[in-house]
Amino acid sequence: MNIVVVVRQVPDLIEPLEIVPSGDALDLDAASFILNESDDHALEQALLLKEAGGGSVTVVALDFGDVDNTLYTAVAKGADRIVKIACDGDTPPAPRDSAAVYAEAIKPLEAELVLVGVQAHDELDGGLSPFLAAALELPYVGVIRGVKADDAPGTVAACKEFPGAVMARMSVKLPAVLGILGADQPPRYVPVSRIRGAMKTAQFEESAATLAAGELLLSVSRLYPPAPATRAEMLSGSEEEIAGRIAEILAEKGLVK
Amino acid sequence: MSDQDVLVLAEARGDALADVTFELLAAGRELARATGGQVLAVVLGPNGAAHAPALAAADRIIAVDDPQLAEYSPEPFASALREVVEAEQPRAVLTASTSIGWDVAPLLAARLDAPLATGCQAIRPDGDGLLVTASFCGGKMLAECRVAASPAILMMLPGSYRPTDETGKGELEQRKPAAPLEPGAIAFEQWIYPEAGDVDITQQDVLVAVGRGIQQQDNVELAEELAQALGGAVCASRPVVDQGWLPATRQVGKSGMIVKPKLYLALGVSGAPEHQEGMKGAELIIAVNTDPKAPIFDVAHYGAEVDMLDLMPALSEAIAARKG
Ligand SMILES: Cc1cc2nc3c(=O)[nH]c(=O)nc-3n(C[C@H](O)[C@H](O)[C@H](O)COP(=O)(O)OP(=O)(O)OC[C@H]3O[C@@H](n4cnc5c(N)ncnc54)[C@H](O)[C@@H]3O)c2cc1C
Repeated sequence: MNIVVVVRQVPDLIEPLEIVPSGDALDLDAASFILNESDDHALEQALLLKEAGGGSVTVVALDFGDVDNTLYTAVAKGADRIVKIACDGDTPPAPRDSAAVYAEAIKPLEAELVLVGVQAHDELDGGLSPFLAAALELPYVGVIRGVKADDAPGTVAACKEFPGAVMARMSVKLPAVLGILGADQPPRYVPVSRIRGAMKTAQFEESAATLAAGELLLSVSRLYPPAPATRAEMLSGSEEEIAGRIAEILAEKGLVK
Repeated sequence: MSDQDVLVLAEARGDALADVTFELLAAGRELARATGGQVLAVVLGPNGAAHAPALAAADRIIAVDDPQLAEYSPEPFASALREVVEAEQPRAVLTASTSIGWDVAPLLAARLDAPLATGCQAIRPDGDGLLVTASFCGGKMLAECRVAASPAILMMLPGSYRPTDETGKGELEQRKPAAPLEPGAIAFEQWIYPEAGDVDITQQDVLVAVGRGIQQQDNVELAEELAQALGGAVCASRPVVDQGWLPATRQVGKSGMIVKPKLYLALGVSGAPEHQEGMKGAELIIAVNTDPKAPIFDVAHYGAEVDMLDLMPALSEAIAARKG
């Protein structure tokens, strides 16, 4: 199966998030970037499908943030081709604009299956994956945990998550785009030596796709951290003191008998 | 029909409506009051009309039926919703950030070339447009956005509005799509239920929840010991389940379980909206996290900024000492 995976860089939420002086965007210069978690799962799912049934995995990304490292890591994990799309400026485009450019880059690859993480936490006009499906004029289903080749040729079986750990098994006729939330297995670990090896041998392919800004349907006027009405009463002291205080609270509430 | 109406996509879960539907109706009522429009509830599927009494907060209840809507699949659902939206021309379409919402809302937005906003917590009119407050970055940031065009497709974050007692006209209209719906390339095959036999975390009084802060599988043992000392069970956020360290039946949140224990001890859980959805209703929430800005502290009653790996054994001991 010829599989294309889209991977995106997102701000690492472990680091403090800063806002630009105009107040309407995240300060991306101050952010550190990591691979979007559900895209990592999409890549893992593609590699598992390739291992089970053959084919190839092509990873496509906008040339933004630490994407080179992400793409070399993908090769070290088993991806066959890595394609970069030029991205001018310091800010990556919003999902809807980027869907158009990804679609332009992906069309010539003649993918049977396109896998994209179902969510990136920095999206507001959300969901690259369904917009990409629309731009490619392909069918779409998202919130998928696990994809397997199906008995019927030209189809895959995808499990869609519902509340209560319930899943719906969906049969998907290819070509199609799937929004991945989780792979059948956790993303694999790859030793740094293999990534270094990939840096020496892997070749980027540059896509000719170009970004064109679409009509602005959603404009951000202000960003701010939430100021909740209530906030936890913070317990301080050493671990032992905090543990003692928690035990006391639980005893007061009759939760330690 | 008016371009000031607010259309709500109701979601059925088995024989009942999903709780979030009632929140959407409340949001819809509030917005419609401000726009001067009506609230339309759309329910897709064979038993749609049976849900009408529960959808009394709406002025019009549009139940659409077609054989392709018997079970969920994206193409028929998106097509049926699109037909209603095109006929009614509402100012806003409210869907929930559910498994179905995450498919249908963007597909509808793409096809209508309409604006979409995710993570919406509050909506109000602003001239011809709408002002939306939306949560992103795992609940660490809010954005005030202006949505200029109609219909605005808004994915609402569960827990943002309280269900309302207000009622609308509650008029039921049963419809069939203009042409029978096409099945599309993606077909529902079967439901897969979690394997029985594991602990039912929804029935526990005490839950020790572990998040990514647990770092390694071996550390889950520490949480098990603590849960045992407290007479409860261990549950987890999604990344811990994704790693295969605990079964899916232990996951709390949007795609996991909704729990309401007497005590929810959240250790190394950031408190993303999808997690909060499953545990906000706990009677007592105590959160432990090394990041003082973690959103979990916004819903917790007590918090501590310490390393969970140090706290777990200390707390097990403190509990044991209390028990004597
Ligand atoms: C459609 C959809 C459905 C989803 N469903 C669910 C769901 O059902 N349940 C769910 O949980 N998530 C769900 N998610 C994922 C959700 O968005 C978050 O990614 C997830 O909840 C984060 O889990 P976490 O808090 O464990 O990890 P992180 O967000 O990575 O947080 C880890 C936290 O641990 C803290 N930490 C690190 N080390 C330590 C330490 N030593 N001591 C103390 N604290 C420490 C960090 O400060 C951080 O706050 C869903 C997402 C989507 C898109």
